[in-house]
Amino acid sequence: MRSAADPGEREAAVAAPLASPSGKALPIAVRRLSKAYGAVSVLDDVDLDVRPGEFLTLLGPSGSGKTTLLMAIAGFLRPDKGSIRFGEREVVRLAPHKREIGMVFQNYALFPHMDVARNVGFPLRLRRVPATEIARRVEAALEMFQLGGYGGRSINQLSGGQRQRVALARAIVFEPRIILMDEPLSALDKQLRERMQIELRQLHDRLGTTTVYVTHDQREALTMSDRIAVLDRGRIARIDTPRAIYDQPGSRFVAEFIGESSFLDVEIVDGVCRAAGSVVRAPKIPAGQGRCVMMLRPERLRILDGSETEAMNRFDGKVQSAIYQGDTLLLQLVLADGSQVGLRMATRGDDAEPPASGSPIAVGIAVGDTVLLADEGRART
Amino acid sequence: MSALGLSVAGEVVDDFHAAALRRDHWRERLGLAALAAPALLLVTVTVLLPVGWLFGLSFFDDAGAPSLEHYRRMLAEPSYGRTFRTTFEISLATTAICILLGYPLAYFLSQLPRRAANLCMIAVLLPFWTSLLVRTYAWLVLLQRSGLINTWGMQLGLWSEPLQLVHNVGGTLIGMVHIMLPFLVLPLYGTMRAIDRDMLRAASSLGSTPAHGFWSVFFPLSLPGLAAGSALVFVLCLGFYVTPAMLGGGKVTMVSNRIANDIELFFNWGAASALGVVLLVITLVVLVLTARLSRGAGLFGGGH
Amino acid sequence: MSWFDRPASDTQITHGSRLWLYGLGVLVLAFLALPTLIVIPMSFSQSQYLEFPPRQWSLRWYEAYFSSQSWMAATATSLKAGICTALLATPVGTLAAYGLHVSRLRFTGVVILALLTPTIVPVILVGIALFYAFVQLKMVNSFLGIVLAHTVLAVPIVMMIVGSALKSFDLDQERVARSLGATRTQAFLQVTMPQISFAIVTSALLSFLTSFDEVVVSLFVSGGDNSTLTRAMFMALRDQIDPTIAAISTIMIVLTSVLLAASQMLGKAKD
Repeated sequence: MRSAADPGEREAAVAAPLASPSGKALPIAVRRLSKAYGAVSVLDDVDLDVRPGEFLTLLGPSGSGKTTLLMAIAGFLRPDKGSIRFGEREVVRLAPHKREIGMVFQNYALFPHMDVARNVGFPLRLRRVPATEIARRVEAALEMFQLGGYGGRSINQLSGGQRQRVALARAIVFEPRIILMDEPLSALDKQLRERMQIELRQLHDRLGTTTVYVTHDQREALTMSDRIAVLDRGRIARIDTPRAIYDQPGSRFVAEFIGESSFLDVEIVDGVCRAAGSVVRAPKIPAGQGRCVMMLRPERLRILDGSETEAMNRFDGKVQSAIYQGDTLLLQLVLADGSQVGLRMATRGDDAEPPASGSPIAVGIAVGDTVLLADEGRART
Repeated sequence: MSALGLSVAGEVVDDFHAAALRRDHWRERLGLAALAAPALLLVTVTVLLPVGWLFGLSFFDDAGAPSLEHYRRMLAEPSYGRTFRTTFEISLATTAICILLGYPLAYFLSQLPRRAANLCMIAVLLPFWTSLLVRTYAWLVLLQRSGLINTWGMQLGLWSEPLQLVHNVGGTLIGMVHIMLPFLVLPLYGTMRAIDRDMLRAASSLGSTPAHGFWSVFFPLSLPGLAAGSALVFVLCLGFYVTPAMLGGGKVTMVSNRIANDIELFFNWGAASALGVVLLVITLVVLVLTARLSRGAGLFGGGH
Repeated sequence: MSWFDRPASDTQITHGSRLWLYGLGVLVLAFLALPTLIVIPMSFSQSQYLEFPPRQWSLRWYEAYFSSQSWMAATATSLKAGICTALLATPVGTLAAYGLHVSRLRFTGVVILALLTPTIVPVILVGIALFYAFVQLKMVNSFLGIVLAHTVLAVPIVMMIVGSALKSFDLDQERVARSLGATRTQAFLQVTMPQISFAIVTSALLSFLTSFDEVVVSLFVSGGDNSTLTRAMFMALRDQIDPTIAAISTIMIVLTSVLLAASQMLGKAKD
């Protein structure tokens, strides 16, 4: 949705442009950002770098500080201290309206007293763009979201998904350098939400705008992000690509929060690890402790039939129950030491009957997939 | 980035803007709160300071020396006691009649379909916003010796001589109930409408009779509205002036009327101030007590 | 099944067994509405005694009212005071309600309490306190004094109406407007205000009515050339039941009804 007008010329008309020499996308650098309410620290010395053009997701349970961090970047929450830079420019003390960010709220916050076109044209009118130019750009933005011709509709006539798209069109129509989204899909039903996830990601690929996205839905984060920052009690527990975080969560908290997982207690004696009665081998063993936990993703666990070619960690147990879930079959197993783990396998049309409850079973996970994590002793939240 | 390497336009910021951010924070908050400044100034100049001054005045005798003379006289002279008794009696009676008439009315309105209830609310709201003076005048016209009530009563043969219906306690009560009733009905109706109908259905399904369902479920849930409305009516009655002055015919002297008389007839600011102080204190005590009691009983949902 | 036997509520009680409630409800409604309304036909009576129904209709009392210089002067004073009060109380009260709503400072509770004192303090006290203050300031019987006194009574009403409208307003809308480039003021004027305009207009109308109908404070602070209509009426009623006042009452009832209807229509138009 590049406008035909020379961007440089338009920029000159915009108040306080946040021009960056590298072009459209701006990096965000957050340093030592802190915010406390009384004794409760909601942001605890947060450092965060968002790369130019990146889609970064802030993921965490409620109260982890993800929305607080987003609001601080937007300028609606004043931190106690810290630095926020958009490109070269320090913005931590800048009023929100001077930050040139496109923002989408959870409830869309569309203006009910304006029609669709006036909603989308709102940021352009504030920037004193000529009326004909506004009309053209509004229509272009609406068309981009398959809302061409909807300009005259009132907000009340729109469905949830359409409202979502209007809010997006309004946030990008003035070509901000940074887009912030606060759980924008949480009000939509599951199907629409999954479609919008793809659409949003495609939009981002087309615009290349630096985007910070807040969600508590780990699957959404995995689907959309270039990188995910997992927040825990006002701190960033882990920041990396979806794949790296899923495979190597680094801590039990992150492992529990992203994806399904069972955990087995591991005892380390003289460098030999034992879990659920079996010796366990792993590429990496957490240093300096007598105990740790083993992460078992259900879909990485396999029923052993002797045909395995790679090295496996083997566990014996009994089938507790088999749950058919359409695309997958979930087996709940009890291992020799009584610990419970889940095993998930894809279903096919010619599947044999699932193992009966109570029948003995041998399962295993490839040594290469085995992840041992330091035990923080924290229960699932 | 080094801890000290953070510079903004040449200026080195070593505390990561903490001091500046704190300043910004207070500047913004105070700037927003300052929007209330004109209102606050107005209230201070026209109400708080003058009423405060009145307070002070009540503690000085006529010669200007500090004394409790006005309060002493209030205790000594039986006429003051009578005034306070009249005020309490009229206020209590008005509140009681308002509850007797207002509770059924609010209940009736709450049981109507919303559309019909809104229509009936006009009959409550129109008097509520019609000038007090106009409404009191209407009663004066209706209740006077040659007024409508006397004419109709005699035409129907209910009584033969014109009755003295106004310029007495009875006339005052009628007028005050008429003016106070909406203050009771409006909060009460709001509370009743907010009662979850499922609770009554549940009570009914559990075998309670309509009467039992009403007394064990609906009535207790409507009490917060009743308490709020009654307290409001009582407090407003305590300070009432116009209706007793017009319908009481000089026979009903409430505290407000006495204060006005002290000023208009006797220019006795000290006595009037002392009366005013006592009236204000009683009003506040009633309000605070109501709030306490309601909260203690969990009537306001415990949250406020 | 006839209406009488039909269940009337969730407790299975029938309409028939509730007739007493309907009867009582209607009676109390009549008690509230009729006495005021009955003044209207009476004001068109020819007789000094204001019969109902009037045996002879006339506009006599209206003529008396419109041709009396003192009544006209008092009416003008009240109208002007009402308009000035609305013009002053509405912005002052709206700003206060907005500022207190948005700033959420710890002392806002105290400020709100202070601003609501005019509704808590018995009005007679406000009257004599203002009277004394105005004596010191040489503002007794001045127009400015009336307007200030009435404004302070109207501000709490504006604050309550606008405040409750703000409570149901989603402040994220202001936030989104600011992220899109609006200053706080722009966000308030272009986004918030249009959506609470109904409350603002209603509070302006009710401020006008508060001033126009106010009696007690006016008794003390108005007078002479600046007597309000209510003061003049109160004074006239002390001596005798002046039938002219029936005509004035009718006009006031009509004015109140029109203003309330206008605010209702605005509310409807908004939906």
